Amino acid sequence: MILSLRDLVVSFRAPAGDLLPVLGPISFDVADSQFVCVLGPSGCGKSTLIRVLAGLQAASAGSARYQAQLIQAPSADIAIMFQDPNLMPWRTVLQNIALPLELRGMPRQQRHRIARALLPQLRLNGFEHAYPAELSGGMAQRVALGRVIVQQPKVWLLDEPFGALDALTRERLSLELLRLRAGGEQTVIMVTHDINEAVLLGDRLIVLSRGPGTIVDDINNTLPRPRHVEMMYQPEFIRLTRRVRAAIDKPSG
Amino acid sequence: MPSALGEPPHARPQPPKRLGRDMRQKAQRKNKQRKTALVAGSGAALKLSPFFSLLFLLACWHWITARALISPILVPPPSAVFTALADALADGSLAKHSATTLEEMLYGLAIGLGIALALGYAIAKVPLLEYILSPIIVAFQSTPIVAYAPLLVIWFGQGPQSKVVTTAVIVFFPALMNMIVGIRGVSPRLRDMMRSLKASRWQTFRHLELPAALPVLLAGLKTSTTLAIIGAVVGEFVASGSGLGFLVTLARNQYDTPLVFVSVLTMTAIALSLYSLVTLLEWRLLAWQRRSAL
Repeated sequence: MILSLRDLVVSFRAPAGDLLPVLGPISFDVADSQFVCVLGPSGCGKSTLIRVLAGLQAASAGSARYQAQLIQAPSADIAIMFQDPNLMPWRTVLQNIALPLELRGMPRQQRHRIARALLPQLRLNGFEHAYPAELSGGMAQRVALGRVIVQQPKVWLLDEPFGALDALTRERLSLELLRLRAGGEQTVIMVTHDINEAVLLGDRLIVLSRGPGTIVDDINNTLPRPRHVEMMYQPEFIRLTRRVRAAIDKPSG
Repeated sequence: MPSALGEPPHARPQPPKRLGRDMRQKAQRKNKQRKTALVAGSGAALKLSPFFSLLFLLACWHWITARALISPILVPPPSAVFTALADALADGSLAKHSATTLEEMLYGLAIGLGIALALGYAIAKVPLLEYILSPIIVAFQSTPIVAYAPLLVIWFGQGPQSKVVTTAVIVFFPALMNMIVGIRGVSPRLRDMMRSLKASRWQTFRHLELPAALPVLLAGLKTSTTLAIIGAVVGEFVASGSGLGFLVTLARNQYDTPLVFVSVLTMTAIALSLYSLVTLLEWRLLAWQRRSAL
């Protein structure tokens, strides 16, 4: 088990002073190389879950472990991608992708060579010297994805990475994501509110309840890989989306 | 208590989608074309227009003095000012006094900005410091420097040190405010991103906070450079043995109005040059903003 959560609870202190539970208690294990999609209504603590796993948010109770180690701070093995591209507007595409390597102290030539080698598969050829404001939303998100990939992390945490994009761009980027994870060795935890996207991408679908989120359903997705868009019309695909929808719509408590 | 110092500006919204961007760009391009069409052929004239207005001013000045509408003791004719300028350049006195003032300004700027940026960073990071320091800083800022410049001369002597201090004091506040606003305005999401990349405090400053705050800092630097000459000259007015402020006092006591004009115009030239230098710096450092604004 690469990731393991035990009775994880996160609460925030409200301005009035009382504790506001946003997530949990929640427990699950993630096997190495598994692609997990986390779904749930807005406000169920999906993003908080990702932030805990990224070491950006402390657990209020319970534990989150990566390879048996408590997650207490960001780790070089775990990379996070947000809903917004969060690019630095003063850096070019190439400099944005190379940023993690620069922070690790890699010499300029080497890190730019690595970043440049990623451009074709990110379909950003010819844009290495463009600034983020010159990019479309989909391209900016591909730069953000490139910034994850250069880190060569063992775990990808994706917080609604395509949530702000239009439906067609989102679908195309989802499939590109699978292609970029070609080896399929990386463990992926992806938060999404798009049921089709989740069923198309995930090995496993975890549905959370309304906040504070707890697990309503944990579905094993046996659709074969490689996945492609045509699968969306297969009975098994439709059966899975029905089950996810039913779990989301289930009144909590 | 509402915070007295730099309110963080609204987090710059990330443009979420680029729908209609192409159309907007096209419209802008069209606008630009229309504008260039309107002034077509007069581009050179447009660029030279500031010189024309200066020339016009000079002509008016000459006309008024030639007609003896005002006593030459009050407003000397341009020719007398040019003669005074030539004399002051020839005997090296203008260069000497300018150098003194410029030196005081640059030292004052360096010290004032250095302290302001360091303190501004600390205040932006530790809100408690703001509560402790803001009454002192605001009180200091609200008191006219002309009023306590004599005190600074008593403390730091009649030499250039007291002028360096007045300059440092006067440039301090805008730089401090801009540093606080700049650092607080850094997007919390980019902070999260840097944190997830395990960036050290120095790396976060170097790669995120400094570049993100740079537009605001440079705008503050422009204000500071124009204030710097005020600080230096005010100090020189109180007591000094050299500098452009000293030259003004000297010339005034001798009723040498042309020399007063020369000194004042030299101050203008110095202030404008420094300001232009910062503008140039801005142009170079913020090239990405120009590209992004298209």
